[in-house]
Amino acid sequence: MKFSLIIPILFLASPLLLSGADWLQFRGSDNTGVATSSKIPTSLDKDKHIAWKTPLPGRGLSSPLVIGERVFITAASTSDQSRLHIICLNSNDGSVRWSREFWATGRTVCHDKTCNAAPTPASDGTHIYALFSSNDLICLDLNGNLKWFRGLMQDYPNASNSLGLASSPVITAETLVIQIENDSDSFAMGIDLQSGINRWKIPRTKRANWTSPVILKDGAVALQGSSGVTGINAATGKELWTFGDGASTIPSSSPSKDGSTLYIPSNGITVIKPRADNNTPEVLWQQAQLRPGTSSPLVHGEKLFIINRAGVLNAANRKNGERLWRIRLEGPFSGSPVTTGDFLYIAAERKGLLQCVDLRGEEGKVVGTIELGETILGTPALSSDALYVRSDMSLWKISEKK
Amino acid sequence: MKSIIALFTILASTASATASPEAIKTILAVGSEGKGNKEAASAWAEIIKANNPDSLLQLLTGMDHADPIAANWLRSAAEVIAGNLKSGDKLSLNELGAFFLDQSHAPRARRFAFELIRKADPQTAESLVPGLLNDPSPELRRDAVAQLMDKAATMNSKENHSGAILLYRQALGGAVEPTQVKPIANALKELDVEVDLPRHFGFLMRWQVIGAFDNTGRMGFDTVYPPEQEINLEAEYKGKGARAKWQPLISSDTFGKIDLNKPLGMLKETVGYAYTEFESAGARSAEIRLGCKNAWKIWFNGQLIFGRDEYHRGQRIDQYKLPIQLNPGKNTILVKACQNEQTEEWTVQWEFQLRICDSTGSAILASNRQATPQQAPLERRPRRPKKSS
Repeated sequence: MKFSLIIPILFLASPLLLSGADWLQFRGSDNTGVATSSKIPTSLDKDKHIAWKTPLPGRGLSSPLVIGERVFITAASTSDQSRLHIICLNSNDGSVRWSREFWATGRTVCHDKTCNAAPTPASDGTHIYALFSSNDLICLDLNGNLKWFRGLMQDYPNASNSLGLASSPVITAETLVIQIENDSDSFAMGIDLQSGINRWKIPRTKRANWTSPVILKDGAVALQGSSGVTGINAATGKELWTFGDGASTIPSSSPSKDGSTLYIPSNGITVIKPRADNNTPEVLWQQAQLRPGTSSPLVHGEKLFIINRAGVLNAANRKNGERLWRIRLEGPFSGSPVTTGDFLYIAAERKGLLQCVDLRGEEGKVVGTIELGETILGTPALSSDALYVRSDMSLWKISEKK
Repeated sequence: MKSIIALFTILASTASATASPEAIKTILAVGSEGKGNKEAASAWAEIIKANNPDSLLQLLTGMDHADPIAANWLRSAAEVIAGNLKSGDKLSLNELGAFFLDQSHAPRARRFAFELIRKADPQTAESLVPGLLNDPSPELRRDAVAQLMDKAATMNSKENHSGAILLYRQALGGAVEPTQVKPIANALKELDVEVDLPRHFGFLMRWQVIGAFDNTGRMGFDTVYPPEQEINLEAEYKGKGARAKWQPLISSDTFGKIDLNKPLGMLKETVGYAYTEFESAGARSAEIRLGCKNAWKIWFNGQLIFGRDEYHRGQRIDQYKLPIQLNPGKNTILVKACQNEQTEEWTVQWEFQLRICDSTGSAILASNRQATPQQAPLERRPRRPKKSS
């Protein structure tokens, strides 16, 4: 009797296992930026492929999340960005299913380019966990019911960055992992998904850092910062290993598909393989010429993709860093690339130029562009048949029109 | 329109199930670090389940006693209930209007009530806006100021300059946010009317400063130097490389910047202090609002009220809002500003801007405030002699 009740509950609580087409956090459910699909348009025709465009109530750099037929996005409005918005849209027509507003409880001051809604929310498939630069952390269920609210700057008054925070939370091991790293009260923490209470909180280097945690295998998470990368047990916060050779504070690391290897923006790119029996990970290779700009690296198949400051897309052999080809895209870029497997997508800041690169040939080739006409600073989201991308004022669905 | 207005028909009788006072009490009890979240979520669900429009006023009134976290719980419940209103649901525009007009209620709750009124009856809401110019809610003020700015701009475009000046001045009377004050001041300047911005914002322009003390390795932030132990403007202390003495610093900057580089030199890895006194006409609550891109600490009437060890991540007017209680007569303010080791061009600034205002952002001026120091005329480079062709 007990088992018959428990098993359905476990399934309900573990939709990550059930809906592989969902896009649940920054750079997808596994942080790789990969969602294998053959249904997303590649030629990118403005008339054929903009399924819908929905106006947003405020600015944001956060990526959309896709859960079933719902798309979630955050935004911040008013002159001081003190209004926080979490919006749920219907993926079929872009209509707003529900929208919730909150008041920021922490400082909202940011550099003009970024904004309060910079971090991408995370989801476990049943709830949305939305973090803002003001350090407001809000948990809603998929119907918009408030489950818990944390004002982290109320709890830790010096946990802020006057340029704005942008690190996105991730979920693994039933824990929401966040990095609140800045020059003053700098820390990472694991938060219980159900109650919103701290599971653990550890001090981090006192230096501004905009990178996001990365999910690795076996319930581990990589925390990147200026001094390097630390692997921790996401459930307990216990340190597992340390890579201490420094790392970027803007582009985040990228994991391999199985979460066993990490591609770190450090001295160009440094690839490490954490070892269970050693607190010093094995360095597989390092390539100084592969130097990411703002965009995070992307690993798929046998290749590693890096977009540098000049907007050049580099493809390298992921096993040794040997450069295979490079092509110039039309940048600059603040967001990161995503891929369906055969095609890579990225949106440029200026004019919102969405570009599709065919990865199948000997060299990459831009095969489609759409000028969306608004500044785009975020990373697109992918579902099984569509790409979603947002600007400050709009959210677009790019797909074959039905 | 009729159907929308119908949502707000006069309440004929009190409905049976409003939000339970216990549920609101539970929400008001949420604590730090997520304490009380679980109980608040149950109370929130109970309120939503009842889904009674009459709960709206109870939720809004609850915000009067709510901290920022609890206020968000109550706001969210009110938002859901307001969103569930259907044609025929009864909500008293009279009662909602009375709540909105009562300025003793929480400013944000009144703003929320105003937005409900605007949704139901946009025309009435629009008519209310001009009366909000000096409202305790900064968001409500913003609407009134924006409306006047639009009217002034239209008048100006029609060459009615004197009318435009009058409206801009009226707008300035209510404007508290730099994003509105600055464009109003610029528009007036175009019309040959100078605005005394330091006075409008209430920036403190006259200070005594002392330095420089050592901040090598950023250790100075936590080091207690003599000005933190005593304020003796006649004293001299051992400084970094030289004796440190108090000296006057009077700013004429439009936005009240107190530039320590001017009296102390373009130094690095140093600590400076600035001291001033503020004569208050009476006892009242107020805010110190600070903009600073150096590490800083502030003592008000001898008590450390906040400090922050962040360097060169940006400076804005009203970057930090620090509540204080002004005493009648003399109040003292001591600012510690630390400069670090960075050498980039954008790390030269060693400065702060500080004002005293009420919770709306309206300046509170010292009872003995002096005239704003005049800016020295810009020094012009000598013109190069023209080359003869």
